[in-house]
Amino acid sequence: MARFGMAIDTTKCVGCMDCIVACKTENDVPDGYCRDWIAKRVEGRMPDLRMTITSERCNHCDNPPCVTCCPTGASHVHVYGKIVLVDHGKCIGCKACVASCPYGARFMHPDGYADKCTFCIHRVDKGQLPACVEVCPTRCMTFGDLDDPQSEVSRLVAGRKHFVLKPDAGTGPRIFYLE
Amino acid sequence: MLELLTTRNNPMIDPSLHVWGWEIPVYLFLGGWVAGAMVLSGWLMHRDPGTERPSVTRLLPWVGLVLISLGMVALFLDLEHKLYVWRMYATFQPTSPMSWGGWILIGVYPVLLLAGIAGLPPALADAWAPLGTLARRLRQSDARRALVLANITFGVGLGIYTGILLSSLGARPLWASGVLGPLFLVSGLSTGAAFAHMIARDPDEQSALLRSDNLFLLTELALIALFLIGLATSGVAQAQAASLLLGGPYTAAFWVLVVGLGIVLPLAIQSLMATRRIGHTLVAPMLVMGGGLALRFVVVAAGQASFWP
Ligand code: SF4
Ligand code: SF4
Repeated sequence: MARFGMAIDTTKCVGCMDCIVACKTENDVPDGYCRDWIAKRVEGRMPDLRMTITSERCNHCDNPPCVTCCPTGASHVHVYGKIVLVDHGKCIGCKACVASCPYGARFMHPDGYADKCTFCIHRVDKGQLPACVEVCPTRCMTFGDLDDPQSEVSRLVAGRKHFVLKPDAGTGPRIFYLE
Repeated sequence: MLELLTTRNNPMIDPSLHVWGWEIPVYLFLGGWVAGAMVLSGWLMHRDPGTERPSVTRLLPWVGLVLISLGMVALFLDLEHKLYVWRMYATFQPTSPMSWGGWILIGVYPVLLLAGIAGLPPALADAWAPLGTLARRLRQSDARRALVLANITFGVGLGIYTGILLSSLGARPLWASGVLGPLFLVSGLSTGAAFAHMIARDPDEQSALLRSDNLFLLTELALIALFLIGLATSGVAQAQAASLLLGGPYTAAFWVLVVGLGIVLPLAIQSLMATRRIGHTLVAPMLVMGGGLALRFVVVAAGQASFWP
């Protein structure tokens, strides 16, 4: 059984935001909302500054608080790739999941349901890559099965120094940022 | 120095992250009040079986029915997908306190209704024969004991759930405290007791409720201290969250409205009332109730402003 995740090479990402545009187009994300976004962390003291650019989205956590708090089962871990999805027809729009995600990855769609990144499961299902991964001009994102030790994403995570976002929140995020 | 530039993850920039407005605090307040009313009417029913006096026990269940219905209206107004609300009752999600809450609310209605019928004055109940029979049946000792137990169980469940609802949402360090459940329960009890002694007519009952309210207010102060100490001495995230109430933007609202006007001042006034140094006044219980409402508003708003680093 697959367990999808991503490795994103922060040494390659230039913060061009192509991934965001691709996602908005592919998934018809309404104006004013986004399923992925760019964060820039600047560390150090002038003139020794270091900037890390990260393309962020739902981490499809191994231990997702957004799923455990959902009163209707609309937020669920899908059997396919263990990705975290929202069943729009079950969502009552209580916003508990939005409040429970430490990454701010969720938002309320104007149509009333909770929305967020789906890892473009409709594309992956057809053997394609998620739109953001496909479009990245620096090829900094690698998508694949973390449970398969032979997959490229597993080899990158095993072989390269990396970090995850907000590890203390205890959610077990599955997007790994390579340093 | 660490500077974070992002177009997300900040409710100031991204208003969609400040998810809960007035509806949820109002609902949590009303839910807590009803919880308090249920526990207290259970206690009064047990303390004073078969009373013929004008006990507030007769009134509290009916007030509870109105309040819980208003609370459910607030909850409903908050939903973004209103037509799908029935989905809540198409399932039970054991990991979701919100799901337990939905089912607890369903149980609260019949318990309040039966308690209300049991307390109907005979003249009123006998206006319709089946109602009179039911009221008499409910006043018999076995049914009465069951009602006492049901009121207290559902009351405690409802009160604790309103706090656990928040503490189960792991993303907000301010809410990541086990004290929130008991704190909201005790605050609900003090709100319920304040309201009950405000409307009580029987002097003996009023004084018992007044004394219990003072005890709840003292306990609430202790729980608030535990809540803050617990957060401030946990990890960086919780300490940062606690600083929202200890010098940060929510400090004034918390210490003035919740602690000062909502607990300390009414506790002082009610202590004088309890020792009969001053007569009964409406001001103190009103302050207690206002403090309960302020507590929900501050905790819900400050919680949403707290983040994991
Ligand atoms: S990143 Fe947020 S929305 Fe995505 S699985 Fe984790 S907790 Fe849920
Ligand atoms: S907003 Fe929808 S998906 Fe999120 S917790 Fe509520 S019912 Fe579940």
